[in-house]
Amino acid sequence: MATKNATINVNHLTRVEGHGNIVVNVKEGTVEKCEWQVPEAPRFFEAMVRGRHYSEVARITSRICGICSVGHTLASLKASEAALGIKVSEQTDLLRRILKHAENFDSHVLHVYFLVAPDLLGVPSVFPLVPTHGDVVKRALRMKRLGHEWGSLIGGRTTHPTRAIVGGFASLPGGARTPRQAEAKLVELKEKLLGCVPDAVETYKTLLSLAGGIPAFTRETEYIALVDDVEYGLYDGKVGCFMPDGSQEIFDVEDYRSVTNEFVVDQSTAKFAKHNLPSYMTGALARFNNNHERLHPEAKKLAVGLGLTAPCFNPFMNSIAQFVECVHNVYTTVGLIDKLLEIGLKDERPVEPTKFGRGVGAAEVPRGILFHEYAYDENGFCTMGNCIIPTNQNHANIQGDFDELVPWLIEADKNEKEMELGLEMLVRAYDPCISCSTHYLDVTFKK
Amino acid sequence: MAKVKCAWFDFASCEGCQIEVTNFGEPFVQLLENIEPVEFREAMSEKTTEPIDVAFIEGSFTREVDRRRLEDIRRRAAVVVAYGACAASGGINALKNHQDDYAQEVYGADKDRPHLNSQKAMPISAAIKVDYEIRGCPVDKDEFIRVVTQLVKGTEKVYVPSYSVCMECKRNGTVCRYDEGDYCLGPIARAGCGAPCPAAGIPCEACRGFVDDANQEAMEKVLIENGKLPEQWAKTKSRMFTANLRGDA
Repeated sequence: MATKNATINVNHLTRVEGHGNIVVNVKEGTVEKCEWQVPEAPRFFEAMVRGRHYSEVARITSRICGICSVGHTLASLKASEAALGIKVSEQTDLLRRILKHAENFDSHVLHVYFLVAPDLLGVPSVFPLVPTHGDVVKRALRMKRLGHEWGSLIGGRTTHPTRAIVGGFASLPGGARTPRQAEAKLVELKEKLLGCVPDAVETYKTLLSLAGGIPAFTRETEYIALVDDVEYGLYDGKVGCFMPDGSQEIFDVEDYRSVTNEFVVDQSTAKFAKHNLPSYMTGALARFNNNHERLHPEAKKLAVGLGLTAPCFNPFMNSIAQFVECVHNVYTTVGLIDKLLEIGLKDERPVEPTKFGRGVGAAEVPRGILFHEYAYDENGFCTMGNCIIPTNQNHANIQGDFDELVPWLIEADKNEKEMELGLEMLVRAYDPCISCSTHYLDVTFKK
Repeated sequence: MAKVKCAWFDFASCEGCQIEVTNFGEPFVQLLENIEPVEFREAMSEKTTEPIDVAFIEGSFTREVDRRRLEDIRRRAAVVVAYGACAASGGINALKNHQDDYAQEVYGADKDRPHLNSQKAMPISAAIKVDYEIRGCPVDKDEFIRVVTQLVKGTEKVYVPSYSVCMECKRNGTVCRYDEGDYCLGPIARAGCGAPCPAAGIPCEACRGFVDDANQEAMEKVLIENGKLPEQWAKTKSRMFTANLRGDA
């Protein structure tokens, strides 16, 4: 006997970054209203960067998001460098990759442990777990701290990094005065990362014990993520579009507008993104579906253990893909440090501009693919900015999931409270970063 | 002693200052021996109907619709802390305040839709009484601990340095940005952060605001003469984090 009536009204959903609402109305088994709404205060970053010097732009756009500020910094720097005809050194490239891995790990630990795990343990937040699961909470805090130290060593700090600038880095890792001292700090980091492996193994066991609580819901959609020749797409690459039939199209980053296709829906001011299908997903699961073969073997092993195999069409498994990426981040960074030590750190000056024009940069932030584009005048001042953030690209897909998840939950005879939790868990699985929303979005389907 | 009931709220911001709280690592558990988080939307689903001892508010006041939510927090909380640059001064959000076409630039034909309405970014003190400020973009988490410690112990005055960032660079032995051929707002920027930006090799952007009686005209002159900034850039330089504190605001 399916659920007949349900009224769900979640105002300012908790345990997500930014503000979102869930409104669902089911009457006599018919879905009358099913909406994912975003009432976040708009902030107008693209207007703010106009007239600012290229050396200031990443410092401004990093403030779009406090959780993915490293990714915003890197996408911004890459866009500016493309516009300014700058090619960074191998050392800069390797350090930025490490910085990107750090952010991914840092954010995923926060998300999996603090935002998702409480649902699987049936508690409203991490705080009630302090007395009951003290070891797990301490482990989570320890891992979060590691992510923070890892990113800070390279970027100066993790929330709005200081050291990463146009053309390279303003100073050596850890604020070291000499390259040799910086190398010693990298060796220390490597040891800390290897020291984290037991915590990662324990996390695996915790997730394995909780995996039964992950809904077995699937919906086939398109998955878009960076695909890199060098490694699992995170810092660099081209735009990969993975389709449910297993095919993959590849686009140049410069052609991002033909992939994101932002458009306004008639019923609202929603800026939606769509490509081959009515919506697409970005984030860890999209990266996994596009890049799983390039995962570190240790991460691959744990993915299999947790039941994550490509292609995966269950959006709730995004959180599992995030943990798998954390393991990949640790091992890959160890390899990158070894490579840096092998070539030897140098005290490099940032590369200077060779032209002033227009450029695009992309990077994977924890919740998906991010594009920045800028144009500069002949004096190096910004004339145009465009930032397309992953959460906005995901909103249409969240709505698409809602449209199938509500009937699925009704069919499974879930009561109103269970339906509400199911919808909340779905949104949290996407790890949305709503305050990022440089483009306002308001989804309204049925009135 | 009863734990101090703390709550976190956010308005127009990146929520990065709230994220800073999660960066303490295991010592965070010790902090929980002294404070009890009772509401923190980004991290917890619990809500409270009890009075709140300290409300940390992140983000700027940018929409009239947010006034009521701010007033409600004020009613519920004994102490209100403007938490981070956006709440304390308007922060980076105020960088658009001098423009009159920002909505057109971002939303084009949709700019006049009522829910997109966003006025100038103001500090939360434009809507409600604020008892303390923790400045910075992001906040310095050690300063957060100092303020919390004083609030837990019931000290009246929370100490905020009124001297300039230059003092902290001198103390750290950081080479002056001007000596490196760069520019810097350090001479008029309020200290308290420990000057991490010049130490990392980038200029101070005065994210904690100005010192009292900052000489903005002299700063402009220094930016032009010593920092070699073109005049137009020098004139608009301090808009990045201190647009609401400038003489032309």
